[in-house]
Amino acid sequence: MLDFPLLSVMTFLPLAGVFFLFSIQGEAQAVARNSKYVALLTSVANLILGLYLYGHFDPSESGFQFVEKAAWLGSVGIDYHMGVDGISVFFVLLAVFLTPICVLASWFSVSKRVKEYMVAFLVLETFMIGTFCALDAVLFYVFFEGVLIPMFLIIGIWGGARRVYASYKFFLYTLLGSVLMLLALLVLYVQVGSTDIPTLMENPVARDLQMWLWLAVFASFAVKMPMWPVHTWLPDAHVEAPTAGSVILAGVLLKMGGYGFLRFSLPMFPEASEFFAPMVFWLSVVAIIYTSLVALVQEDMKKLIAYSSVAHMGFVTLGIFSATQQGIEGAVFQMISHGVISGALFLCVGVVYDRLHTRELGRYGGIVKNMPRYATLFMIFMLGSVGLPGTSGFVGEFLVLLGAFQANTIVAAFAATGVILGAAYMLFLYRKVVFGPQENSDAAGMEDVTPREAWLLIPLAFLTIYLGVFPAPVMDRISPSVEALLNDYNAKISKDDVAQQTAVEVHHD
Amino acid sequence: MEFLAVFTPLLAFVVAFFFGKALGHKGAQVVTCAGILLAAFAAINLFFDVALGGNARVVELAPWVISGDFAVHWSLRVDTLSVIMINVITIVSACVHIYSLGYMSHDGARGRFMSYLSLFTFAMLMLVTADNLLQLFFGWEGVGLASYLLIGFWNHKHSANAAAQKAFVVNRVGDFGLALGMMAIFVVFGSIGFDEIFAQVADKADVTFDLFGMHVHAMTAIALLLFVGAIGKSAQLGLHTWLPDAMEGPTPVSALIHAATMVTAGVFLVARMSPLFEYAPAALMVVTVVGGLTAFVAATIGMTQFDIKRVIAYSTMSQLGYMFFALGVSAYGAAMFHLMTHAFFKALLFLGAGSVIHAMGDEQDMRKMGGIWKKIPYTYAFMWIGSLALAGIPPFAGYFSKDIVLEAAWADHTWFGNFAFALGIAAAFMTAFYTWRLLIMTFHGKPRATQKVMGHVHESPPVMLGPLAVLAIGALFAGAVFYQPFVGGSGHHGEEHGAAVEHAAEDSHVKETDVLHVSAEDELKKIGAEIEQEVKAVVSQDAAHTAHESDHGDNTHSDAHGTGHDAEHGADFWNSSIQVLAENDTVTAAHGAPLWVKKLPLVVGVLGIWLAYILYFKSPTIVPRLVEGMKPLHTFLFNKWYFDELYDALFVKNSIKAGKLFWRGDKNVIDRYGPDGVSAVSVAISKGMSKLQSGFIYHYAFVMMVAVIGGISWFVFKFVVEF
Repeated sequence: MLDFPLLSVMTFLPLAGVFFLFSIQGEAQAVARNSKYVALLTSVANLILGLYLYGHFDPSESGFQFVEKAAWLGSVGIDYHMGVDGISVFFVLLAVFLTPICVLASWFSVSKRVKEYMVAFLVLETFMIGTFCALDAVLFYVFFEGVLIPMFLIIGIWGGARRVYASYKFFLYTLLGSVLMLLALLVLYVQVGSTDIPTLMENPVARDLQMWLWLAVFASFAVKMPMWPVHTWLPDAHVEAPTAGSVILAGVLLKMGGYGFLRFSLPMFPEASEFFAPMVFWLSVVAIIYTSLVALVQEDMKKLIAYSSVAHMGFVTLGIFSATQQGIEGAVFQMISHGVISGALFLCVGVVYDRLHTRELGRYGGIVKNMPRYATLFMIFMLGSVGLPGTSGFVGEFLVLLGAFQANTIVAAFAATGVILGAAYMLFLYRKVVFGPQENSDAAGMEDVTPREAWLLIPLAFLTIYLGVFPAPVMDRISPSVEALLNDYNAKISKDDVAQQTAVEVHHD
Repeated sequence: MEFLAVFTPLLAFVVAFFFGKALGHKGAQVVTCAGILLAAFAAINLFFDVALGGNARVVELAPWVISGDFAVHWSLRVDTLSVIMINVITIVSACVHIYSLGYMSHDGARGRFMSYLSLFTFAMLMLVTADNLLQLFFGWEGVGLASYLLIGFWNHKHSANAAAQKAFVVNRVGDFGLALGMMAIFVVFGSIGFDEIFAQVADKADVTFDLFGMHVHAMTAIALLLFVGAIGKSAQLGLHTWLPDAMEGPTPVSALIHAATMVTAGVFLVARMSPLFEYAPAALMVVTVVGGLTAFVAATIGMTQFDIKRVIAYSTMSQLGYMFFALGVSAYGAAMFHLMTHAFFKALLFLGAGSVIHAMGDEQDMRKMGGIWKKIPYTYAFMWIGSLALAGIPPFAGYFSKDIVLEAAWADHTWFGNFAFALGIAAAFMTAFYTWRLLIMTFHGKPRATQKVMGHVHESPPVMLGPLAVLAIGALFAGAVFYQPFVGGSGHHGEEHGAAVEHAAEDSHVKETDVLHVSAEDELKKIGAEIEQEVKAVVSQDAAHTAHESDHGDNTHSDAHGTGHDAEHGADFWNSSIQVLAENDTVTAAHGAPLWVKKLPLVVGVLGIWLAYILYFKSPTIVPRLVEGMKPLHTFLFNKWYFDELYDALFVKNSIKAGKLFWRGDKNVIDRYGPDGVSAVSVAISKGMSKLQSGFIYHYAFVMMVAVIGGISWFVFKFVVEF
């Protein structure tokens, strides 16, 4: 289709930007300014490539597109293999869409080591795109784990007061998962003789082995999601991370776990996935209810949104392992939507944090009066997070629940209570910050969003509503790939099992 | 036309909200009022076209959510049911828009207020024109959002914000049920489109779910789940606590959202899903009981409240209870009839109360009113009209609709029908009582306000009285005019028909409905009865017509009544938009109710008024003694049966407690045995190891390498050998 390797260009373009950054010398202020522009230009160029990718993506095709393959570690049969399908293409888009926003969001708020900061973000972008494009398990692993390093630095260097604790916690958790995942890949390589992802999908290993391998990769992806009870790194990481770090963490990094489940767990270990599905269901339900309740009692804006992210990711795991068309499509859509909305919510926190340097709810209040435009934008994202129909949050959440309902009615009913709790904590947040009497004079004196801030948030607000009203452009591209994935999945597990798995059986008496 | 009716308010909202600054308050007011008037005009056109012309249709707009077998499109469904709702919504909304020009004239954000009203109207119209449950849900939550924004409109007040949040969250509990019901419907019917569901419902009547090893009747489960949604939205007992608090919003909001339209969405939902509810008798029973209890409980509370808006709010809740038990006994037409008349007289009462509050300088406590009727005579007159309609005094609208509801409950001849009938009669008595208590406390007696306030009492400007007049016309005539089409049968009791006619009505019982199983005999009977009915209809219609003209009623509906002539029968008028099984046809049976059933509501209504007159006008000294004598009961009622306290203790406090507990769990359990534990152990180990320190880095490196390699090879070896 194309005569140039688009995905590779997209993946490594940010690294080219990094080389430019390293070549910038001179006065500190000039370095900082030039670094910002280089990073912005690089990421915007990548966004344009991303739009090109979207435009040339064939929605009728269920398999991988833009495929590139070259010998890499030739002697052991590990190739450089890239490609996207309907599931991964939107994560690539999310990454290229959010990176320039992050760069812009840090324009004034980051003042120390600006060059290094921009380097970290561009490296991060490379790893993120690579993760979603890689079609070789080893290549995937390199990118997937590589993400850790810049994120670790972003939190650890540019973070808040307890940044060291937070970054180590983040590192420790993810490392645990990584080790197990590496083991699983080694075993797969020994068993199947290849690390090529499509090959691995076609050659599932024996059922018993699937169980072990499933658990090993699950450990890795569950931490990244994060699922309960390995979620405790997330609130700390979010609280300590700079605004842009939170945006990219919530917007893209949290999606790598869900993507992993879809790319590895379901197609490679179908029988194990089916076997462990009930466990995942209940972990998801616990995540949804538990973290929603915790979110309800938070006094820190970022912590509240962080906990809400865990709850929203609970919907994602629920949808994926429901192994229904609606459930999986809903899960993918929910991830995209959450990427937009939670990213925007963290930006909203950043806007007021930049002015008052506190995240404590009680320090704000009544700011609708002096910041009406901010209040409107914040409300759109708040409603998206609540899952109001007409926002993108609703489409994903509803489809997930619909899928889950078909797989396990009781689980769906429990999960749906998250919708009530979600409304409670988000409205609480909004009310505390935006409404009420103006009791804090410094909060009352804050100026409304600047044009720069507004133009960061407006595209996100537009997407939140547009995807809620016309989700078809996204859904149409996800659908064929999900359908293929499911057909393959159902073919691999015997039909009897499918019937057993369905909790709701309809009888005609 | 339907496009115009639904999307003009949206356009008005977008323009007024996003360009409000450029337009200014004046511009926003003009845009929104023009939008809603245009919509109302389109709605009236639709009424002729669809309800009277029988031109029901579905217009598909765009795809929405499509995933596998699940496919939902944005579309507009206009049939008799939705057209009635469209008319009620746009007409009341137009009145409220205009009224707000005056009522909110001093508010600093009046442009934004108008835009919210238009947003609400759009969402409500999307709700009623939905062709599938998902779009209905869109409107359902959309009106919830508008309600949230408008209750909390004065967002500098803590109480307003709390009420807004409460309304949203409590409604979410209902929405939770509605969403699950929708999913269950998809599982059973493979679609959530109305036509697809209704076409299959007879075949799937006996389908069961397997749940926990039990066979659950699918239709009952679905109907109950949908009803949970209705309970939330329509403030029925259990999820009603948000409605009185919602009175924190500006009064026009209470009139539009919390009386006339949004809260009736639950009634609309059940009526819309009538083909399904018909196959879920157990669910209908629950609907009846909940409706009856709500009517009763709300009325008991209403008798003890002092805030003028809260009294009307409880009255709304009570009247919604009437609508629900009408639905529960399959009298969908009667429920919709009461919905429509109630929209007029309740909006009238609320806006009238707003006029009083306006006159009294934002005072809502009736204990600080009194003695003002001469100062605001028009408001006073309008309040009388609304009150007479609410109390069910002929010939006001409420009389016709409330009576048919009660008669239908009686005619159901089931224990729950009788239960609802009894509670409904009791509530009718209390309704009349608290309504006149309100009238007398507000307008009569000695002035209890301060001199300063009394000096400022003034009649509202024409921009507020005009809408009141329009609604008053509705409250006067909507009952008599629409009795025929909505609930069929011959003219109402007290008019020309005798026992013979009642018998005939009973005979014609089959044809009154959309009969789902029509046999040849039924066909014959139907034709015979139809002719008979036609004759009767013409006679009663003419009678009503002359009576009507003598009142020179020049309202928006007077024409409908003339042309509505040949669409008199319930079934024809409703044109399958509601469906009743032949054996459940209580509306027709209601016309054959004995005289005492027909007269009882009126009798208790008059008694209620008389009692209020005695207690609050004639000898007001009795009341304090009476309250003292029934202290425990009064306290119980005054505190609204302690629902708020109960829910607070059960749900709110426990959620917070659980949240705090789990939060500590994150710290004290997960982190302690997780990352913090690991690092603590590592530190301890390394401290121990430091005793063995050799000081040579390569020693450590070597040990680490051995350990890592050993570990990995052990795993690999184990897997390779074992599998």
